[in-house]
Amino acid sequence: MMTRPSLDQPRLVRDVPLLQARGLSRRYGAITAIDGVDLSVYRGEVLGIVGESGSGKSTVLRLLNLEEPADAGTYYLDLPGYTDQNLFTMDRYFRRQIQIRHIGIVYQNPYLGLRMRHTSSGNVAERLIMAGERNFGTLRHAAKTALSASEFPLERMDDLPIRLSGGMQQRVQLARALALRPMLLLLDEPTTGLDVSVQALVLDTLARIQRELQIATVIVSHDLGVIRALADRVMVMRHGRVIEHGLTDQILEDPQEAYTQQLVYAKL
Amino acid sequence: MSILDVQGFSKQFFVHHLQRQIPAFNEVDFRLHAGEFLLVRGVNGVGKSTLLRCLYRSYLPTAGRAIYHAHAGLIDLACAADVDIAALRRTEIGHVTQFLRARPRVSAIDVVIEPLLSQGHSRAEAHQIAAEWLDAFGLKADIWDAYPSTFSGGEQQKVNLVRALIVPRRLLLLDEPTASLDASARAALVARLAQIKAQGVAMIGVFHHPEDVRDLVDGELHLTNVQVDYVAN
Repeated sequence: MMTRPSLDQPRLVRDVPLLQARGLSRRYGAITAIDGVDLSVYRGEVLGIVGESGSGKSTVLRLLNLEEPADAGTYYLDLPGYTDQNLFTMDRYFRRQIQIRHIGIVYQNPYLGLRMRHTSSGNVAERLIMAGERNFGTLRHAAKTALSASEFPLERMDDLPIRLSGGMQQRVQLARALALRPMLLLLDEPTTGLDVSVQALVLDTLARIQRELQIATVIVSHDLGVIRALADRVMVMRHGRVIEHGLTDQILEDPQEAYTQQLVYAKL
Repeated sequence: MSILDVQGFSKQFFVHHLQRQIPAFNEVDFRLHAGEFLLVRGVNGVGKSTLLRCLYRSYLPTAGRAIYHAHAGLIDLACAADVDIAALRRTEIGHVTQFLRARPRVSAIDVVIEPLLSQGHSRAEAHQIAAEWLDAFGLKADIWDAYPSTFSGGEQQKVNLVRALIVPRRLLLLDEPTASLDASARAALVARLAQIKAQGVAMIGVFHHPEDVRDLVDGELHLTNVQVDYVAN
């Protein structure tokens, strides 16, 4: 084995990361899903998480989305009024407020993220209703804006998601996730299952939105092409732990760990 | 003004499935000043491109230091935090390679203006700057809106070069940028390099045909399998 130099703490980048999580752990009965995961993400940055099925990457995302509790760990978002709050120990009501207002998520499975029997525009507006908006005109306008930012064809905004193609459904999910201008965007295999040309278009939309909104994004994908297209940095997970992390090109071109080498050489 | 001080810089790859260490370069030392051009020479496979990639941190160097004099202070490229390297890539250090990784369904002009947009230029401004560059490199205006994946190797290379050079840098790593370029594009590239060198940009270059940049070179670094010799011109 060879030793490699460990990296310094950031010195040029003085900003506080938007997201800082330490020691994230989660067990389901006897199974340890994740164990001691650390991550930080800056505004305007995309962090990719790769690893095989069962490596714990989706669990990390669910904890970050405050969908389920952590068994151990701390989770801070650099938001006004919440800077020193470990979100895991916060009151349920405030957790829900943060989830609605500051975190957007897109799931691989549109059935998890969308109500199939509500219109697409209604799905997007729902997010604003949850945040307390009641004016119909405002809701309609906001839904329109978010859908068009996701490059969704507006003439179909009143169609039910169930009647839309997979790529369109992902655009509705994205519009819904972005409707309240969140600080953190979580993407769980957002293009898996789409055919290749549609995938390219959705990736392009994601890259543009990322650049324009300067959101902090975490994307989980087993597809290294997707990670290469979007992520600035990558974290490789295996058996619930982070085994390696680095700049995306470095992880893909000069992976250090045996597992990552296997993963990368198998794909490229 | 010194831009980069490299000492004992080394790289070995470890390939796990072979359980084998593969040495690239070993104990490289050199110093580079603002406005200087360092030509890296050596036979194929001696690690010239690997050296550039280690400085850009696409590869992790194994040992040694590469102290870069950033605007904000000194930083060792060998072990700087990933986010610091990412910040330097956006603002100060450029890597110009032979390969364009064409993204599907992104037009040539959009590929080229992306670095400008992320620096905060408006689309209109970015378009104007890009048009001038693409023109200088001889890429015909009627294909600017087409996807580079459909281009010839030389055309892709032009798009790639313009993208890499369009935002001003302090340190440029040039990995055979003239390969697959026609004579007029080569001349345009060398003219641009001379221009930015005069503005104080430091460059480290690997060139298949070093005569292309003969007039720019201030020093040469000879990589061999055993040792490294630095020769100042």
